[in-house]
Amino acid sequence: MAKRQSFQIGTGAFIALGFAALGYLATQTTSLANYRQGASYDVKARFTNIGQLKLRAPVKVAGVRIGSVSDIKLEPDKLDALVTLSIDQHYDKIPDDSAASVFTSGLLGDQYVALNPGGSPDALKNGDEVVLTQSSMQLEELIGKYLVGQGDAGKAGDKTAKPETAPNDKGVQPNDKK
Amino acid sequence: MSAASRVFSPFTTGLAQLGACGIFLLQTLRAVPRSLRYFRETVRQVFFVGAMSLVIIMTCGLFVGMVLGLQLYHTLSIFGGTAALGTVVALSLYRELGPVVTALLFAGRAGTSITAEIGLMRATDQLDAMEMMAVDPLAYVVAPRFLAGIIAMPLLACVFNALGILGAHLVGVNWLGLDNGTFWSNMTANVDVWDDVINGVWKSTAFGAVCTLIATFQGYTAPPTSEGVAYATTRTVVFSSIATLAIDFIMTAFLM
Repeated sequence: MAKRQSFQIGTGAFIALGFAALGYLATQTTSLANYRQGASYDVKARFTNIGQLKLRAPVKVAGVRIGSVSDIKLEPDKLDALVTLSIDQHYDKIPDDSAASVFTSGLLGDQYVALNPGGSPDALKNGDEVVLTQSSMQLEELIGKYLVGQGDAGKAGDKTAKPETAPNDKGVQPNDKK
Repeated sequence: MSAASRVFSPFTTGLAQLGACGIFLLQTLRAVPRSLRYFRETVRQVFFVGAMSLVIIMTCGLFVGMVLGLQLYHTLSIFGGTAALGTVVALSLYRELGPVVTALLFAGRAGTSITAEIGLMRATDQLDAMEMMAVDPLAYVVAPRFLAGIIAMPLLACVFNALGILGAHLVGVNWLGLDNGTFWSNMTANVDVWDDVINGVWKSTAFGAVCTLIATFQGYTAPPTSEGVAYATTRTVVFSSIATLAIDFIMTAFLM
């Protein structure tokens, strides 16, 4: 009887340990750990281009995570991306003239929304809109600009023909300049 | 005739083994409802194949995590990407190394003892004695071990993963000086519960079923001699390892 109980306790302890490990892996090492359980308020922001911004991407002030992206929609008439930011209720003193930008963590990392605090005495409230926004930097666009700009400075005669011979190239910059 | 049969006999023997194993699986599955009567036996087997394997699983998990942390840190530092250490370790553990290494260790630690035990039961006529007492050995001996393997393997793999993460943290953060916050935040940003953690749990459940099926089948059909039991034990390890890695590839291809 005593022996039987000891293996039953051992089995129970083993199963409990296994499920504890599973729970630990699932909640502490995955994106579930980023879920904010506390109350939050929603702020909207319009961007002309959000790049690879995804749902649940972090919202940061001074590099500190204060919330997440809860919704991304395309506005049908303005053709802007309407991004809803859920900000932790804890941070309720963010000035309403703060600027929102889509940044990339590292050179090739994930994208996040950074809020640069302004100087207004009034704070952002639920349903407010962040007016000052800066779209995501597109690496391809930058490279395109860089390549074309370099060419213009170098050999002018050679270069002007090049974008036109490659119409599917994304470097639309020369046309804007003309 | 004899020359042809000699050439083809390895194939026909292999096919016959595969077929017998399949029939054995169906018989075991049919015996599972009847084995619920011996539920205590299943609990005992979970203890023997699961709880008793914890020490080897935890030790190996820790070392696998540590060596992953060490290797990846040096490789990633070439590209200036050491911040991704946590992510890479977690993904490789959850998706591949955790389930596979646990299954290989399980085959060596628990599979062999299942085969040897059932093989000796066969050799000493205990299985026949059970049948004479109207106790179905499939329901009393095989099915509880089969169920125990399916229950124990995912739990063991989770423990292995958790210890692996701990080992990588130990090496990456405490030893090589990676930032603690970077390690965890990169991991939590890129690891998904369903795609990575639960994916690994499905895999290890399948490995648990396959490894215990092979172990019980080899024991059940072992020739009733000491040599036969020895060969059956060897075959358990060989076949379990091959089956684990082959099924891992197939499941990865389907689950990705």
